[in-house]
Amino acid sequence: MKISYSQAINQALTEEMKKNKNLICFGLGVNDSLKFFGTTMGLEEKFGKERVFETPTSENAMTGIGIGMSLYKNPCVMMHQRLDFFLLAMDQLVNSAAKWRFMFGGQNSVPITIRLIVGKGWGQGPTHSQSLQSWFAHIPGLKVVMPALPSDAYNLLKASIRDPNPVIFIEHRWLHGVQEKKIIKKNVRKQIGVSKILSKGKDFTVVTYSLSTLEILALKKTLNQNNIVFEHIDLQTIKPLDLKLIKKSLKKTKKLLVLDTISHPVCSIGSEILSQIYLDKEIKLSKSPILLTLPDIPSPTSSFYTKDFYVSKKDIVKKIEILTNKKISIKLRDNIIHDVPDLKFKGPF
Amino acid sequence: MEKKVYKKIYELQKKIRFLEEKIASNYKMYKMRCPTHLSVGQEAIAAASGLALNKKDIAISYHRSHAHYLSKGGSSKKLLAELHGFNEGCSKGVGGSMHLIDLNNNFYGSTAIVSNSIPVGVGLAYSIKINKQKNIVCIYIGDASLEEGVFYESINFCVVKKLPVIFICENNFYSVYTHLKNRQPKQRKIFKLAKALGAVSYKFSQNNPFKLYSKLQKLFNKIRNNPTPHFVEIETYRYLEHCGPNDDTKLGYRSLEEVKKWKNKDPVVFSRNYLIKKKLFNKKKLDSIDSKIVKNIDKEFNYIKKLKKPKFKDIENLVYKK
Repeated sequence: MKISYSQAINQALTEEMKKNKNLICFGLGVNDSLKFFGTTMGLEEKFGKERVFETPTSENAMTGIGIGMSLYKNPCVMMHQRLDFFLLAMDQLVNSAAKWRFMFGGQNSVPITIRLIVGKGWGQGPTHSQSLQSWFAHIPGLKVVMPALPSDAYNLLKASIRDPNPVIFIEHRWLHGVQEKKIIKKNVRKQIGVSKILSKGKDFTVVTYSLSTLEILALKKTLNQNNIVFEHIDLQTIKPLDLKLIKKSLKKTKKLLVLDTISHPVCSIGSEILSQIYLDKEIKLSKSPILLTLPDIPSPTSSFYTKDFYVSKKDIVKKIEILTNKKISIKLRDNIIHDVPDLKFKGPF
Repeated sequence: MEKKVYKKIYELQKKIRFLEEKIASNYKMYKMRCPTHLSVGQEAIAAASGLALNKKDIAISYHRSHAHYLSKGGSSKKLLAELHGFNEGCSKGVGGSMHLIDLNNNFYGSTAIVSNSIPVGVGLAYSIKINKQKNIVCIYIGDASLEEGVFYESINFCVVKKLPVIFICENNFYSVYTHLKNRQPKQRKIFKLAKALGAVSYKFSQNNPFKLYSKLQKLFNKIRNNPTPHFVEIETYRYLEHCGPNDDTKLGYRSLEEVKKWKNKDPVVFSRNYLIKKKLFNKKKLDSIDSKIVKNIDKEFNYIKKLKKPKFKDIENLVYKK
């Protein structure tokens, strides 16, 4: 039986709640009829209303409350169905969670995991689709994790929960339905801060994370058929960045494509990677690196507009042609379903 | 009330007053290089509430927190080391005046952004409740806290979950230089607003710190036995500027008469006169208490002079717990 990304999250949460009797889960919708996109199924029934609870619509206070609980003896997983709502909690995140350990001289720490869902398509528009990992990565004291595949989501969520520091765990909504044959369990302690090579190759290095990992995986077969063999690095952790792995790969391929396709371009994770590579004198690229991002405008709502707003397969292929100096033969339909993860998806969010 | 409790309340107020005044006078030596919000004038509330709390009870506070930290049992040596930026400080000199902590006495921290520590205190109370413990959480706030959204969010959660929380609102009428009347509707009473939100709410006076202590002690016991959020507003007044060591009446945002009015009913002075009048302690005894406190503070300032400069490399690894 196959396992989906949301089932993997659910399994990780269930196992961690069972393992650590002090662990608490809360968020608006944690016990709703849809069970937080299926990720919180069965939690309340198994662990009770004190450990799994619905919250008032109070993002800022609830973040602080989570901090207080985790300072006492209850590590928590807090969740938001859209990242955009979590912006109301920046004081508690940035001034409290991220700083607590440092500003009190290292006496205690804040073991809180904050799950944030990022939307795309079906008119999510300007305020239901922001993927602000680069904001969070900017703040010392936070870790940022963005797995793409079910097994990685499973292992990294467990790692985040057990981490004694605040971890931002960002899930792209379009990943919830992604499936794998089974979960491959890893040593949880060695997950955060380690990127993964999903495929080896010599023609160029492509760096992806979250949804963009799926975007390049979808093109892999076609590219291979065109005699293009690329090295695929899935970041998985955004902070701390595993630059070593990227640099090692670039010493071999000398060409870099960064797919930061759910982010705006300015001060993005992609631009950070490019600057770090540029600053390293030992890395000599044979061609200018390429960074693909969303444009520097907010997301529109109408699907007539989003067609050109999102990065398409065609955009990616064009960039690979430039990078490899090869013509790629690929049949790309004018994609009428560009704004849903799959044909089964009928909204609303 | 036992005689020794009277003594404790008096001593603690004096300790805070003398220490804060000494910090103010030494501030001009430019060795305490951080924004410092002094509690001179507001000692009674901290002393009465701090002594009414048990050691296991938790307190959390805001930017003007020296008095709360000391009242909960925090070391004045560590406070001074913190203000002077030494590794021996209660937060290793990383936090400064606005980030004090003493976990041994369950003073869980004071933070600098207005209302920022409120939900953290509420979270501590939630943990206490689900772990079936008997302690309570005291959240110190000011009048401006009620102007932040997170106050409403937090008190709402306390009421929904019936948490063992006491909010102590020190209403000193000013947010920096701006009077309450320019920030909140004139007819509004802070404690009534808290009541409307579902907290059991009172207005107490700081004028008689001994009376305040026994009222608070009763209230805290009540919360311990029947966890529900409570709120107490107490009017008070800071004698020095919002932030820093100076008298700031010359700035003109508050009148000399207003300052005088408050100084005339100074709770620390009242306490001394009260103890003499009630024949609990005589002048000589009180003088000897005072001089002991002063001597001790002088000793602690001398101790600071002997501390070694800390190094940046000592704190680089503090950000993340391994």
